[in-house]
Amino acid sequence: MAEAAGAVRPEECPGTDSAQAGRAAACQGCPNQGLCAAAAGPDPAEAAELRARLRAVRHTVLVLSGKGGVGKSTFSAVLAHGLAADEDKQVALLDIDICGPSVPKMMGLEGEQVHQSGSGWSPVYVEENLGVMSVGFLLSSPDDAVIWRGPKKNGLIKQFLRDVDWGEIDYLIVDTPPGTSDEHLSIVQYLSATHIDGAVIVTTPQEISLQDVRKEINFCHKVKLPIIGVVENMSGFVCPKCKNESQIFPPTTGGAEKMCQNLNVSLLGKVPLDPQIGRSCDSGQSFLSEAPESPAALSYRNIIQRIQEYCEQHHSQEEKSI
Amino acid sequence: NLLGVRHILLVLSGKGGVGKSTICTELALALRHRGHRVGILDVDLCGPSIPRMLRVQDRAVHQCDSGWVPVFVGQDRGIALMSIGFLLERPDDAVVWRGPKKNALIKQFVADVAWGDLDFLIVDTPPGTSDEHISTVEALRHYKLLGAILVTTPQ
Repeated sequence: MAEAAGAVRPEECPGTDSAQAGRAAACQGCPNQGLCAAAAGPDPAEAAELRARLRAVRHTVLVLSGKGGVGKSTFSAVLAHGLAADEDKQVALLDIDICGPSVPKMMGLEGEQVHQSGSGWSPVYVEENLGVMSVGFLLSSPDDAVIWRGPKKNGLIKQFLRDVDWGEIDYLIVDTPPGTSDEHLSIVQYLSATHIDGAVIVTTPQEISLQDVRKEINFCHKVKLPIIGVVENMSGFVCPKCKNESQIFPPTTGGAEKMCQNLNVSLLGKVPLDPQIGRSCDSGQSFLSEAPESPAALSYRNIIQRIQEYCEQHHSQEEKSI
Repeated sequence: NLLGVRHILLVLSGKGGVGKSTICTELALALRHRGHRVGILDVDLCGPSIPRMLRVQDRAVHQCDSGWVPVFVGQDRGIALMSIGFLLERPDDAVVWRGPKKNALIKQFVADVAWGDLDFLIVDTPPGTSDEHISTVEALRHYKLLGAILVTTPQ
């Protein structure tokens, strides 16, 4: 993992990747100690704290990409609304995109602030059964830039998991920023205290996106995060007037379908480009409610159902193995 | 190594997927077409797009006495490019690094690449306002930083 340039390892260095990194007796005085300790994930006491806080979460789904601007936050918002349509289900949406939090705006919650209670931070509720947490709620103005290096971002992510009083949740959806860096490592490490059902990876059809998404798939393999499947957004555009279909982002190398075949991951579905999606995001409305009969909404609902089936199957397998 | 560079331009957004890398590439090609000597520094370490956009994703970088030699692109080899894309063993390898390691490589990219004499060095950045951005600006502080171009879409 991270090493200070020119650092020389102490004699009994436990290894920068080990759980003891930065914490073993041999680490005292090593110039790399701080980096290792920060990178090694929660210590046993922290892990116990996180486990306690997240004990009542039944399913956790991470929404990842490698690429920016492919529709992770959009998909996270749609997934959250879709799951919360069942009033018996309690849904939580956690936005760990610290530099570019899109979720508050998409959920119509811009300007909301987080409140503290005796049991921790309260999520901001869109519906009775749909709560949201984002750094966006902690900013004094929506244009404030969060110019933080990795360790500070990691600290906030830990707080989101440890200090937010989520209560009993059926689905915790985690929206992430693009990339394979601090936020991604941290969320996987902190959630290792409980479990993650899997990751949904979002892409667009172009090779420039797929290139980054293949890296993300490799990241998932590296950190042993199961992949529920891939969603291909912006997959074709049907003109509402002439009904002709155009490929705005041509799949020059076969799109997500070919990539999924090659890498043996599931293609959960393809969602066409629909200007109403962008409009709903900008206005903070639920796209599934605004355009329920549109091809994109039907596609989204099929994908959401497949995710639910995966989670239920996964859960019952876990219960069988206990 | 940057003393021969006349102007440095940062291409930023906050948002991903708005066309930063595309603009960098097109801007570099347009400036080259006008006869300028151009370089591109790709500091998007997790998602380097520039090598593929310039069709040099299969090239490798070499060392010389003054540091790393950038990859020269185009028929006239008129654009110099440095990207982490050239350092990966396999193109699908994920760069799973925390901030400090990213910062160290960016410092190297700024200090140890033999750019030679350039009229413009265009710096492509990842989305956000984090380690890569802070480190790049800090490392370039002493040089002729012309300014930033911000890219967005209408939403």
